[in-house]
Amino acid sequence: MSGPSPSFPESARVALANTQLRRNMGYATQTIRAKRALVVDELPDWEELRETGRAIKESVLRHLDEHLEALEQSVTRAGGQVHWARDADEANRIIAGIVSGHGATEIAKVKSITSDEIKLNEALAARGIEAIETDLAELIIQLDGDESSHFLVPAIHRNRAEIREIFLEHLDVDELSDDPRELAEAARLHLREKFLSARVGVSGANFAIAETGSVLVVESEGNGRMCTTLPPVLISLMGIEKVLPTFQDLEVFLQLLPRSSTGERMNPYTSVWTGTSEGDGPQEFHLVLLDNGRTAVLRDEIGRQTLNCIRCSACLNVCPVYSRTGGHAYNSVYPGPIGAILTPQLVGIHAAESLPYASTLCGACYEVCPVKINIPEVLVHLRGKVVRHKQAEHSGWRARLDPEAAAMAAMARVFSSRARYERAQRLARLGQAPLARRGPISHLPGGLMSGWTAMRDLKALPQRTFREWWVERDGSRADA
Amino acid sequence: MSSAREEILGRIHAATRDVPESEKADDVAVTRSYRQRHEASRDELVELFAERVADYRATVHHVRRASVADVVAEVCEARGATRMVAPADLPTEWRPSDGVEVIADENLSHEQLDGIDGVITGCAVGIAETGTIVLDGGPRQGRRAISLLPDYHLCLVEADQVVGGMPEAVSVLVDGVRSAGRPVTFISGPSATSDIELDRVEGVHGPRTLEVLIVGADPRTTAS
Amino acid sequence: MRVALFITCFNDTLFPDTGRAVVRLLERLGHEVEFPLDQTCCGQMHFNTGYQVEAIPLARRFVRTFAGYDAIVSPSGSCAAMVRDYYGRLGEIAVEEQGDTALAEQVAQVAPRVFELSELLVGQLGVEDVGAYYPHRVTYHPTCHSLRLLKVGEAPLKLLRAVRGIDLVELPEAEECCGFGGTFAIKNADTSMAMLSDKLRHVLDTRAEVCTAGDNSCLMHIGGALSRQRSGVRTVHLAEILAATEDDARV
Ligand code: SF4
Repeated sequence: MSGPSPSFPESARVALANTQLRRNMGYATQTIRAKRALVVDELPDWEELRETGRAIKESVLRHLDEHLEALEQSVTRAGGQVHWARDADEANRIIAGIVSGHGATEIAKVKSITSDEIKLNEALAARGIEAIETDLAELIIQLDGDESSHFLVPAIHRNRAEIREIFLEHLDVDELSDDPRELAEAARLHLREKFLSARVGVSGANFAIAETGSVLVVESEGNGRMCTTLPPVLISLMGIEKVLPTFQDLEVFLQLLPRSSTGERMNPYTSVWTGTSEGDGPQEFHLVLLDNGRTAVLRDEIGRQTLNCIRCSACLNVCPVYSRTGGHAYNSVYPGPIGAILTPQLVGIHAAESLPYASTLCGACYEVCPVKINIPEVLVHLRGKVVRHKQAEHSGWRARLDPEAAAMAAMARVFSSRARYERAQRLARLGQAPLARRGPISHLPGGLMSGWTAMRDLKALPQRTFREWWVERDGSRADA
Repeated sequence: MSSAREEILGRIHAATRDVPESEKADDVAVTRSYRQRHEASRDELVELFAERVADYRATVHHVRRASVADVVAEVCEARGATRMVAPADLPTEWRPSDGVEVIADENLSHEQLDGIDGVITGCAVGIAETGTIVLDGGPRQGRRAISLLPDYHLCLVEADQVVGGMPEAVSVLVDGVRSAGRPVTFISGPSATSDIELDRVEGVHGPRTLEVLIVGADPRTTAS
Repeated sequence: MRVALFITCFNDTLFPDTGRAVVRLLERLGHEVEFPLDQTCCGQMHFNTGYQVEAIPLARRFVRTFAGYDAIVSPSGSCAAMVRDYYGRLGEIAVEEQGDTALAEQVAQVAPRVFELSELLVGQLGVEDVGAYYPHRVTYHPTCHSLRLLKVGEAPLKLLRAVRGIDLVELPEAEECCGFGGTFAIKNADTSMAMLSDKLRHVLDTRAEVCTAGDNSCLMHIGGALSRQRSGVRTVHLAEILAATEDDARV
């Protein structure tokens, strides 16, 4: 990508000004939130499942190397081939190499956010291979040259009228209403041929089992089944953190994931395959294991829990920030609360400085996260890294020029002594006199605080602080 | 050149330096205090299964063992399905009594499967709590493509194949995966999408109609 | 029980009435309240904005000032949560950065004794009816840190329900964040305002005269906008409602 991406506040301003988007987002997130709450409340042992989910992920991450080696062995034993990719480029090269090796120029692809992370489609296109996205939403986005704004409902920001327009323009149809049924039917017909002719299928992986070498795709539409069953060659790309130790662990994650993501007891289709099976499905299987910054996340003992993530998107739907700005404001493949902690760790804190601040720390995300990632804790931890990164970059006098750093330093000094603190309270009262004119302050001149008074009055400082009252009262009590 | 494999494993090793060398992967205790079993009678489980499958807008029938062939014929006819594919080992008692041509899957091509009205299969296990049927390529199920390409899936579940929840289902499946690497497909309702304004639409790519016959379940009811 | 009031720098300077209400309330219930004058700021703003190292001296000051009390009560959910939930982390940072293990030990002593007002009343002192009288239509906004960090649960509502004369109405979407978030309101002013306008709409929908909460920071944010819109709805801290009596009503 070229140039630094715009900051979250800048992009959020643009997104918030789009009232259609805000309505779509508000409706969508509220709906999924309510569905999730219903099916989660149904389970008496939800908290126990979350705790086990978290514990399994923690145990995996502590011994990730062992589990990956076991996975490699199992996949190989079951007839698959395992490839290791240090970064996006390497993964793209591996996948393109396999596709070209089979002389294919087209692949059928099931949605995978990891493939978005490495920009697989672009990399394949550059080598003359076309990736056909087969999820309805991904198809909409691909046809429109747009970007996803949600893991699960990537076109959550588009309404039916917009989708109809996109299909009419790009699909081979003359007439089409905006009835979702008809829109889905158009996509079905368009893609069926692709499934039947594709020689290579490409998928992500929700989980992979070290013990057995099994790989899973959890989905709704059936395109995942198509891509992982019909083409003679299957390539699956997965982040190294997706490995689970045993097949039994699925009994936990297959309860946590569907309920947290689409708010269903179970998603329509979950496909599990173990290497290759004679006479059934692809006869050649490749599993590509991707690092691309994950080991750097692993190194940070507080940040590590970020790798627990099973990409359910529950945290997006409950986030008061995401549900208003939508995903594009994050300028990151991973939006919402998880994006705010994962992206800065994957790409480096300097490249996504505004993301850890894109949260009120309200904690709604932590409350729903099925693997108990303490997102607020990681956000605050990353904010500390942002500050320290800035301090290291501008050492000396330049650091003191940064208005926020200067204010924080000044306040820390004030708060470190009772005398200074009390003096500052008196000075503040004097300083506001010209602004307050008896009553609330409705306008602050430029600078840091002017954002506050755009919509809110600022309370004027009272005549007496609490401690002044206390000291007086104590004095009078002592006299009495 | 150090391979990507060695380098990634090395990075992981370095990143987890806080983990004591003496700790092995199996040492990390994971407590599993969630529900392992559903304490419910067989009838209750089957009832719940039927209810939950129907929640996904799949059609469910309870069928007496003796009338399976008739009911299969009836429901196919009701769907206008005249050519149904089935795994070669589908029991004769499960084959439609008349009016429907059953094509045994002997390596039919994907195009051939795409042109067939529907598929009849059994299953490996049914999960009551989630209304899920699970196929693992075992007896009466055939390979994955046959239950994927035709637009109508008629699935027969023996009442005693129904278990309470996911943990019980995983215990049923685990041996087949461990020993034979069986491919497993969890099916919960017909193919669906909510990608357009979150409106649920049945059937995008997978079978748009799922019909489930529970065999030998409840002698009080039969198919309507 | 020796109860110390941790007023917070914010309330001390901007909302002294809330502090006075806490004192009046606890004294009315027969408790003696002390106010250690050495207290300043708990360091929450520094910590949450990323200036964690800068917050360490403030944490040291806090644990020194409040050592030895049986209970420390604060009319601020978020500052109480800062001490109880996050001082442990500051203790760790003090070890990592400065090799200082003393802070962590002192935190372990002091932090568990910090309570937000409603927690102290309902959870520790076991009272729900504090003898208050407040003849107004009131809606309660559960602030995020009271709700999700401290997990005060129903405590504030139990207290409010027992208030005589009150007409307590439920706030729609109550658990949704108001958009304050400390420096968030400044750094992400647009998003903060989008959240605030939804909160305002819900508050106005209740047709309450008063919106209350356990945290003046969120209330200042909500109240500032209510005031700007000349909505006629006031924000009043929970402590002030609980401190009110029939005698006040007569004057
Ligand atoms: S962080 Fe948690 S809630 Fe968010 S997507 Fe990941 S697993 Fe789901």
